Amino acid sequence: MSVEQHIKLPEGSIEKTTTTLNLGPTHPATHGVFQNILELDGERIVSAEQTVGYIHRAFEKLAERRPLYQITTLTDRLNYCSSPINNMGWHLTCEKLLGVKTPKRVDYLRVIIMELSRISDHLICNSVVGVDSGAFTGFLYVMQYRELIYEIYEEVCGSRLTTNMGRIGGFERNFTSAAWEKIEKFMAEYPAVLKEFENLFTRNRIFMERTIGAGPISADRALNYGFTGPNLRAAGVDYDVRVHSPYSSYEDFEFDIPVGSTGDCYDRFLVRNGEMWQSLRIIEQAYRKIQEFKGAEADVYHADAPAYYLPEKKDVYTKMEALIWHFKIVMGETEIPPGEVYQSVEGGNGEVGFYLISDGGRTPYRLHFRRPCFIYYQAYSELTKGSMLSDAIITMSSLNLIAGEMDA
Amino acid sequence: MSLTNETIKERLKAKFGDQLTNFEEPYGLLTFEAPKDLNLKVMQFLFDDEELRFQFLTDLTAVHYPGLAGRELAVVYHLHNLKDNIRLRFKVFTPVAQPDVFTATQLYSSANWMERETYDFFGINFVGHPNLKRILNVDEMTYFPMRKEFPLEDQTRIDKDDAMFGRGSGGGAEAASHEIKAGQGADEAKG
Repeated sequence: MSVEQHIKLPEGSIEKTTTTLNLGPTHPATHGVFQNILELDGERIVSAEQTVGYIHRAFEKLAERRPLYQITTLTDRLNYCSSPINNMGWHLTCEKLLGVKTPKRVDYLRVIIMELSRISDHLICNSVVGVDSGAFTGFLYVMQYRELIYEIYEEVCGSRLTTNMGRIGGFERNFTSAAWEKIEKFMAEYPAVLKEFENLFTRNRIFMERTIGAGPISADRALNYGFTGPNLRAAGVDYDVRVHSPYSSYEDFEFDIPVGSTGDCYDRFLVRNGEMWQSLRIIEQAYRKIQEFKGAEADVYHADAPAYYLPEKKDVYTKMEALIWHFKIVMGETEIPPGEVYQSVEGGNGEVGFYLISDGGRTPYRLHFRRPCFIYYQAYSELTKGSMLSDAIITMSSLNLIAGEMDA
Repeated sequence: MSLTNETIKERLKAKFGDQLTNFEEPYGLLTFEAPKDLNLKVMQFLFDDEELRFQFLTDLTAVHYPGLAGRELAVVYHLHNLKDNIRLRFKVFTPVAQPDVFTATQLYSSANWMERETYDFFGINFVGHPNLKRILNVDEMTYFPMRKEFPLEDQTRIDKDDAMFGRGSGGGAEAASHEIKAGQGADEAKG
């Protein structure tokens, strides 16, 4: 007796031996708007296809209609876990084009801010790797120190996440004493916290077994895929923009570049942890160097670039020159000298590059962001091929993919 | 650190002769222009050469110059030699009517998405690309939005009420001036 079949199955669905799984666009485990179309054979991944662009906001096009200082707010929204690095990178790009020379104290202040952002970026990435492997404690535990970093941002620029920090030539105001107190508190308390965070994870048997061998990449493939930053260093290549093309006086600091060997999730975790220690070292050195400035130098917080740096309000009310500059800057009526410049900084995820072309107008003729996330995410299908579904999740968080940076 | 811009330039000149033009060094970065048929040959040479070893593709993008007849679109490559730590930039120009440029995906896996992005925004047709389709924009889009013929909203237009944003004219400005008059009236009444 034949069984009558009422449910009509799609053509070919019986013969198909693999399962298609849509991971995302809004899956809680993806930490952002990503879609992955996975072909699964049981729990093994046969192939993965990534779809990006869900939060594309046309920043490059917008930038073509904005004076330089208004583009800073766009850079905030690239890698929003470490926006100050993007802000500083953008200011450095402008300064390179305009030929503005920043005083040493400004460079060191920037270094402190950039390294704090790097710590907050790596902290989130590493603790989220923990969450995805089932260890929630670390994530909650370190959150209060990211909060402290955000409070430092607040003291320096007034906002927390999308910071719009600094101006072309320096900072909008000097660091307040409250900011310095918070930085001192951070330097004093954070090492113990980071040590404890490492104790939770680094030699944790469960964590090691979940991450060792998950999503590995060789140095050759990583380079060919355009990896930069901690993900490249985890594969064993000691490329760091801070060392190879120093900016903001990074050449004055002494620090090591941690490298891994296998490029798997565990190595990426270790490299990021190592970098946090190095960032602390750099912050301490910068703090000491800033203490050494005496007299008028000890209060410098911006370069002398009247055409691009907003004058102080009291000068605007009392001095003709300052009023003119203020008006020209606010109305975006300053002509940018023609030129073509590429400037990169070591962001949380790797080399964040700004390719700026000016034709002498008031806005950039063309601005292109090199977003490290966008470039290395294409390796994801190669990284996860043949691995288990749960490894794919952990690989994604350990690559530290940030949707804002990817989609620009 | 032995490799300098001068050496690279000489090596390239020796290999390609006068085909490479417009050598410049803006802000210390060696920049030159190659004919578009040669882009892959130049990259292959830079990649393979024992001395040059430009094996890292930092960035790939395009620029639209509507004013340059016959060479409207420029594809810009940023390459990096990580061993000697030196960068270079080179461009190929292509007419917007037939924007065909050879793909770099065989040399650099990273070029895959960068070329898709460049195609998406500028419509450069990368010949030989394994999967040349839109990446950040929707698949149904029919134009290439980063080209200069698609400006953002024109700030000089007068058919919009922008009075609240301080750049009003036409209807908007009139409405605003009415309000001001009304306000003055109230003040006078008080006085």
